[in-house]
Parts: sequence; C-alpha cells; structure tokens
Amino acid sequence: MIVGKAVNRVDAEAKASGTAKYVADLVDRNALVAKVLHSTIANGTVLSFDLDEAYKVPGVVKIVTCFDVPDKQFPTPGHPWSTHKAHQDISDRKLLNTRVRFYGDDIAAVIAEDEIAATRALKLIKVEYEEYEPILTYEDAMKDGAMAIHEEKPNNVVVHSDYEMGNFDEAIKEEGLIKVEGTYETPIVSHCHIENAGSYAYMESGRIIVVSSTQIPHIIRRVISQALDCGMGKIRVIKPYIGGGFGNKQDALTEPLNAFLTSVVGGRCVKLFYTREETFVCTRTRHAMKFFIESYVRKDGTFAARKIKAYSTQGAYASHAHALVANAVNGFRMMYPVGAIKGDAYTVYTNLPTAGAMRAYGIPQIGFALEAHVDDICQKAGFDKVQFRRDNMMQVGFVDPFTTIACHSSGLDECITRGKEYVNWDQKIEEYKNQTGDIRRGVGMAVFCYKTGVYPIALETSAVRMVLNQDGSTQVQMGATEIGQGADTVFSQMAAETLGFTLDKVNLISTQDTDVTPYDTGAYASRQTYVSGMAVKKTALSLKKKICEFAGYMLNRDPSDLDIEDNNIVHVGTREKYLTTEEVAMEACYSLENSNHISAEETHHCSDNTYALGCCFAEVEVDIPMCSVKILKIINVHDSGKIINPQTARGQVHGGMSMGIGYGLYERLIIDPKTGKTNNDNLLDYKLMTVLDTPDLGYDFVEPEDPSGPYGNKALGEPPVIPVAPALRNAVYNATGVAVNAIPLHPQRLFEEFSKAGLIK
Amino acid sequence: MYDFNNIYQPKTVKEALEMKKAHPDALLLAGGSDILIQCREGRLAGRDVISIYTLDELRGICMEDDGTILIRPLTSFSHITNNPIIKKYIPTLGDAVDQIGGPQIRNIGTIGGNICNGVTSADSATTLKTYDAILEIASVDGIRILPYADFSKGPGRVDLREGEMLTGIRIKKDSYENTFGKYIKYSMRRAMDIATLGCSVNVRLTEDKKKVDRVRIAFGVAGPVPLRALSAEESLKGQLISEELLEAASQAVMADVNPRNSWRASKDFRIQLIKELTRRALRSSIEQAGGEF
Repeated sequence: MIVGKAVNRVDAEAKASGTAKYVADLVDRNALVAKVLHSTIANGTVLSFDLDEAYKVPGVVKIVTCFDVPDKQFPTPGHPWSTHKAHQDISDRKLLNTRVRFYGDDIAAVIAEDEIAATRALKLIKVEYEEYEPILTYEDAMKDGAMAIHEEKPNNVVVHSDYEMGNFDEAIKEEGLIKVEGTYETPIVSHCHIENAGSYAYMESGRIIVVSSTQIPHIIRRVISQALDCGMGKIRVIKPYIGGGFGNKQDALTEPLNAFLTSVVGGRCVKLFYTREETFVCTRTRHAMKFFIESYVRKDGTFAARKIKAYSTQGAYASHAHALVANAVNGFRMMYPVGAIKGDAYTVYTNLPTAGAMRAYGIPQIGFALEAHVDDICQKAGFDKVQFRRDNMMQVGFVDPFTTIACHSSGLDECITRGKEYVNWDQKIEEYKNQTGDIRRGVGMAVFCYKTGVYPIALETSAVRMVLNQDGSTQVQMGATEIGQGADTVFSQMAAETLGFTLDKVNLISTQDTDVTPYDTGAYASRQTYVSGMAVKKTALSLKKKICEFAGYMLNRDPSDLDIEDNNIVHVGTREKYLTTEEVAMEACYSLENSNHISAEETHHCSDNTYALGCCFAEVEVDIPMCSVKILKIINVHDSGKIINPQTARGQVHGGMSMGIGYGLYERLIIDPKTGKTNNDNLLDYKLMTVLDTPDLGYDFVEPEDPSGPYGNKALGEPPVIPVAPALRNAVYNATGVAVNAIPLHPQRLFEEFSKAGLIK
Repeated sequence: MYDFNNIYQPKTVKEALEMKKAHPDALLLAGGSDILIQCREGRLAGRDVISIYTLDELRGICMEDDGTILIRPLTSFSHITNNPIIKKYIPTLGDAVDQIGGPQIRNIGTIGGNICNGVTSADSATTLKTYDAILEIASVDGIRILPYADFSKGPGRVDLREGEMLTGIRIKKDSYENTFGKYIKYSMRRAMDIATLGCSVNVRLTEDKKKVDRVRIAFGVAGPVPLRALSAEESLKGQLISEELLEAASQAVMADVNPRNSWRASKDFRIQLIKELTRRALRSSIEQAGGEF
C-alpha cells in the first residue's frame, strides 16, 4: 500500500534545494517591466491623463491607459465555464477601467526597460477624475437612490437568493419554543500566500504565451481569450511551481492585462509582478459577511426552526460573486439539517477591494456565525454545548434536499470525542465556572461540514494522461495543479497504488502547459484528491490494462490472468512473477513485430459529492486588562475519510489552523471609512501571525472509508480553517462571559467589549 | 531594485562628515532597515545616500573611566542585547531592543538609526529616556553634547542640524547604579511588530527597600514622540511601596501623556494600556530591586 503512507513529498528535494523553478526564476532577463497605475479614489470616472512627463523618463517604452484597451467586459473567477447563459460568470470589468470602482482600481499601465523607470513614470502620470462619494458598506450600497457602481446592477445587489426547507412560519407556532437571536460579522481578510501575484507574457508566431502563478491554468486560458476576444488556441498558459494561492489565484489576476501588454510591444516579453501592497488591495480578498440569525429550539435541545439573512460585501467587481454567500447559507442548513430552515442571501457591490475565492469559500464565515450562535443558544437555554451539537448535527444518510449532496460517511461523533479528551473538556468546564480576577481561562469548541468539490452546482471534470516509458516508469500529466498543498505527491501515490508500480516509477509532471496538459479546472474546492483522484484511478486502470494486454501478447496468455505488483507482471491469482514492467515496456516500444507506444488518457466526469466533517477544541487564557488572548491548547480533529498521506495531511491541518487562528484573533483588512483606501496593505500592519504567536497545533484524523471517494478519501485542503475562529470565540466567552459577535477578537475589539461588559473600568 | 541616486561610502568618520557637509540632503544609511523600506515605498526614492555601515569606529560598547557606559550608534540590537556591560548594568535596554522586529532586523538594525528616525514607537527610545542618555553629535565643526531628552523635535524629526551625525550615546553611572527596570512592549503580535504602546520604567529604592528613592517612566506611542512622565515621577518619589502606589502611578502618568486615535488603536485603548503597563512595569522594577508588596 502506497496510499495511506507518509511518503516524502515528490517535490521536497527540488523545493528544499532551490532547484524548483517559480515564475520569477523563469522570466527572461531582458523582459520589459510593466507596472499598473492604480486609482487614488474609490468611486469616480477617469476623464483624462497627462502622460507627457511620464514619457520623458528614460527607459519608458509604452504607456497604455483605460482609453486604449478593448471595450469589452470579461469575467475573472475560476469557475468551469457554463455553456448555459443563465449560469455564466458575471462579465463586469475591462483590462483597465475608466469607471473607477475602488481605491486601487487599474486605470493605466507603464511598460519600461526596468522597474525603476516604470515606477518613476507611474508617479509622473497626471490623472483627472470625476469623483463620487465612496460607497463602502453594503447598507449604504442598498439604500434607495444609492449610486450604481455597475450600471447593469442599478441597486448594487449582484444577486439575491433564498430557500426554505419545511415551513418556517408553521414550525415556530409550536408551543414552548425558546427563541434566540444573534448578529454576527466577519472581516475582510487576505490570503497572504508567500508568492505575490505575477506573470510574464510574450508572443511566438502570433500566439500569446503567459507564464503565471495560478491555481487554474486552463481556466486562465479561457479568460484571456474572452478578454482579448481571440480563440483559445491562440493562447498558451504555463503554470510552474507556485508559492501558494489559497483561492486568490483561483481568479484571473495579472494574466489578461499582461497578455494584452505584450501584444502592444510587438510580442516582447513583459513581466507584471504585483508587489505585496498590490496583492493585498488589487487581487482578491475574503468576503466580509454579516449574518442575522433567529433560532427556535425545543426544551429537549433540538432545533424546531431557524432562519438566516446574510449580506456579503462583494467589493468593486463580481469575481466569484454570490457563490460564496450561497455556500454559506447552504452550510447553515447542512450542518444541522433539523427543523424548518429559511435562508436569504444578498451579494452587494461596494467601492472596496474585490472579494473572491478564499480557502473554504464562504464556510469560515458561516462557521463562525453558526457556531457562535449555537453557543449563544446553549448559554441562553442551559444546554450542554457538546450534546446539543451531537443531537442536531448531520448524520450518515442525510441528503440535502436542494443540492442532493448525501452524507456518505461520518466520523464526526468520534472527532468530537477525541477533541473533548484532548482539552480535558468536562473537567475544564467545571473548573472554569465562576472565575474572577484579571486572568481567566476558558474552553470552546466548534464543528463544521464541508463539501468535496463543486458538484452539482458546477461541472466537475478532470483528465489525466499517462505515458509508459521504456524503463517501465510512467510520466503522468494532469491538469490538476500543485499549489503547495501536496497534490503532486498524493496523485503519485494514487497512480503507483493503482498501477502496481513503486512510487519511484511514477514521474508526475508538475508543470501545466495548456498546449499539452490534459484538461482539469484546477486547485480549488478541496476537489483534487477526490475528483482528479478519480481521474488518476481511471487512467491508471486503463494504462494497467494496456500493459497487461501487451504482456499477455508477449507471454501468450489471457491478459485478464495478469496483474501488476511492484513493477512486475504477475499472475492475478498465484502472484507468480512473469516479467518486469520494464521488459514489457522495452518490447512494446521497440518491437519489430508489434510496436505499441503505450499510453492512456481518460476523462472522469464526476457526479458525486461527499461531506468532510470535523471539529476544533481550544483552551484559552484571557488577560482582561491587556485585552489579549493566549491559546493554551488547541486541536483540530478531521474526518476527511481515508488519509492518502498522513504527513502532507498534517501540513494541511496545521496551515489551516494557523489561518483559522489568524481569522479568529488577528487578521483584518482595515479600510479608511472616508476614502476607501486600504490602511494596512503590508505584512507589518496586517497582523499575520508569526511563529511566536503560534501555539502547539494539535491534530487528529478519524478515518471512515468514504464509499464515494476514489481511495475512500474526502475533502481536506480547505476544512482545517473553518472551526478554529468560532472555537476560540466560544472559549473566550466561556472564560469571560463576554460573547463577542465579530471577529477577529483583536485587542482593540476586546477592549471595547470588556469595557461594555464592565470588566474594564 | 532600489531607487537611489548616488551612493557614497566613506572610510572614516571624518570623511563621512565631510561628505555630509558636501551633500547635506544625502541620507545617512546605517543598517538600512528603515531607510530601504522608505526608498521602496517612494518616500525616500531617488536620493543620494552616504553609507556609514562599514565605519567600525562607530560600533561597540565600552565603559569609560568614570563608569559612564558609551554605546556607539552603529551597534546592532543583537550586539546590545548580548553585550556583557549592558547585561550587567542596563539589562532593560538589552531586553527592549531584543523586542524589535525579528532576528534579521536585530542583526542589521542599529541603535543610532532607531533614535535618529525619531519615531514614537522606537523600542530603544523609552529606555534611553528613562536612563537620561546623553548624545554625542559630530560635524566637521566639532562635537556637540545634547541630553537625549532634548533630541526629539516632533514625529520623525530630531535635533540633527545640517552636516551633523550621531556618534555616541552615553549613560552615566548615577543613572544606572542600584537601578532596576522593566520595558514592556505592547504589540498586536509577539514578533515583527511595532509597539501599540511601549512603557519603560526603572526604580532605585531607599536603602531599607521600603520606599521609592527615584523612579523614571517613559512611554512610546503615548504622544507624537517618546516621552517621559516627569510629573508622575515627581509625585511618586519617596512614596511607600504598596499596591496603592501602583494605582497612584497609573493615574499620575495620565497628566504626562497625550495618546491619539488612529486606525491602529483608539485613544481610550491606549490610555488603558498606559495605565496597565505602568502598573506592571513598576511592579516588576520594584520587585527586581528587592521591594515587596
């Protein structure tokens, strides 16, 4: 068994030794440098530019402005395209925009011989604007008479959706129900991948080649073709190793503009690397959301009914738009699919940086709101916090009535048991009752569920090609991408497992090149080990069959009697060894009688989904006068089905928990409430945790075999971020009696909340 | 790629001062951990630079004959923290500069750069204020001696005149003898951060260790420049050590500070921190000095 083993990452040596090549390592030394001019107002229209002084800077090659780009709007999000018009992504931005919609909008670009010339020229461009009042909250954007940020959406509502499961109005008539209401808010945060957004582009024989740090090379090719209005065959996108993405690079960022820029300088190589500041403001963020929840519970600790109203602040451009808050209100229903449930969700344009995909896609937002709310319910009604969740949570066999996604397997109950043990929950709950004094301790927990991939909301498809080498090894080409999460490693394990090869006989091609790489939509939605894993399995079975057929020809045996084990052709029953796969491969390639270049390519169109589940338990110490929270103990326990590689899985959990702690305690993008300018567009003022702020991160896996997963596996990439923030909020609540309904619980907010509660005088 | 105009590299302090006189607008580059950031941001882009980083005569710590401790301005933060003289006589300063940035910054950043920047959050500034540091400032015309207390002119502005350069920081024996201190940096995370509020306190107790003989308190980010709480210090002098003393101190400092609202933290929150840090730093200093509550 190779699946399930903690084998080393297949890219470990290349990455540790520095031989792995990233976009910046590959770019032509003589490349021109492009810099984007970003607007210094949040809402307005560009009237004119004065470029005279900028053109005088030595080294400036070309300046293009919003008046020079194609008059064509295009969509940017990394969704599989829908051939049904009604389901297509929103096309609402141009390569450079005359209508300015946020502080930092792209309005012009300088192409120069070097970075200093480009930067100096940027500063010398004079812009004349017609300026409008910035609209910085969804409340202001939805007001009667508010100015339309996009003329296509006169009331600034990008999408409004609702659902009802059961009959809410009838359900709340039941006698003896306890009503609990709460309002919960989550901040705008940034992905903070190490490698900023960036690409370089050049032309060859009339075709445009873009090399980019992206999660979704095939989708990027489609978006560029839409933005430039040219055939997809005219575009080639290459994705080398990348330094993280977390969903930010599940969007077209620098690529469409860069493809255009190379075309205006005769196809010379142009690099467009965003700075950290630009990556914060001018790429994508996590949607800020606000939730109004109303619950009706019975005295026996079960939900009778509940409803949610959710507002998602989109920012300036639609990007992934309503998909996130729709996911959030669906998650509200799925976690506790009990009683009547009503959901209502709005996505609203504002003059803020554009929100898009980010790890767990709307679920960290609802995860905070719902799990904080559940603690509020338990506190008000006197329920046991763990038991209440156990009594109401999703069970095996549940089928969501709207999405039809079924719960095929669940280890959640066992996850909770292990989490409780880790923090010594029952004892601590008793111990931390009735505390006084400046320093207080508390425990908190939260659960979550998360879908695996995007079926049936969008297409799930993946293709893989395997080519047999003469030495009996195989090159595996996949459209699915390695973005640091370890995809190449687990795919290699899967291929080796199914082929009967040892791991060293699998050479997974890490780079995607849309000219040659089979189609896959890319890394997002925790889909790849599941969906692309199915394609690996299917292709490996196909390749194995062809190898066995050729071996059968060589051995004059029925191929169905043959199997492959440890690089040998063996008898399917007795396991007797007949040939090595190398012998088969050599003969297949060079046979004078029957040369056969063995390869396999398969598409898997996935039409299933499954829920990953889990929980976080935390113990904290709150220093009330200092308004600070210290994590004493924390653990995430995951049911992600069978774990393909425990070592890379642990890395995913640790990374996600770190992001979750940041979400709960530290991180937020701070926008000036008057101008819409981002105040903290850098890693000093944006308080990403350092190693000294990171506690020991506990993790554990409960591994029920999921019948739908290719190797019994379910989603893991995104889930670890989800339950952490609410568990921490609930632990602070337990410690202090103060229920903070907005994250992060940073010192300024705690100061205000503790003052309100009379803990600070 | 940094946007400099000309870079000058003097071999001696004398040469550096001559270059400074010849190019009065040139930036003095020491460790560069602030200047390079501002070059990149554009605020200091396209400027002339005099790099003094290799002038070893401006580096090091020694004790002079009268017990005065002399810190040369190019001494890095990590060298200050690990210096035996600092460890023995002014450990508070070593602790304070050990809270700056991260290890790389502390290896390259210099104490001279830290105070010449003139920012209110400088971690070395409050402790140097509480130890009544004296500055040696040189130009081609000679040397000027200035109490550090008079150095700050406003946010980011210090009393360095045309052609001048900081060449020494001195702390007198009376200032550190029998004196125990504590610096608390309050920041949003435990490394790679600037202070939301900094508080440095040191005390000398009476011989019976029952009373405060001398107390000095300084804050960073409690006003536009690092500041001393002089009126509070005066009011606490000679007081008996007690819990009430801590409370009195936390109230008394309010007369000396002037924190402001910003998007980083509100005025009210900073006031809460000023009071709480005063209590905690004073308690720690008194306990180190052998006082009991």
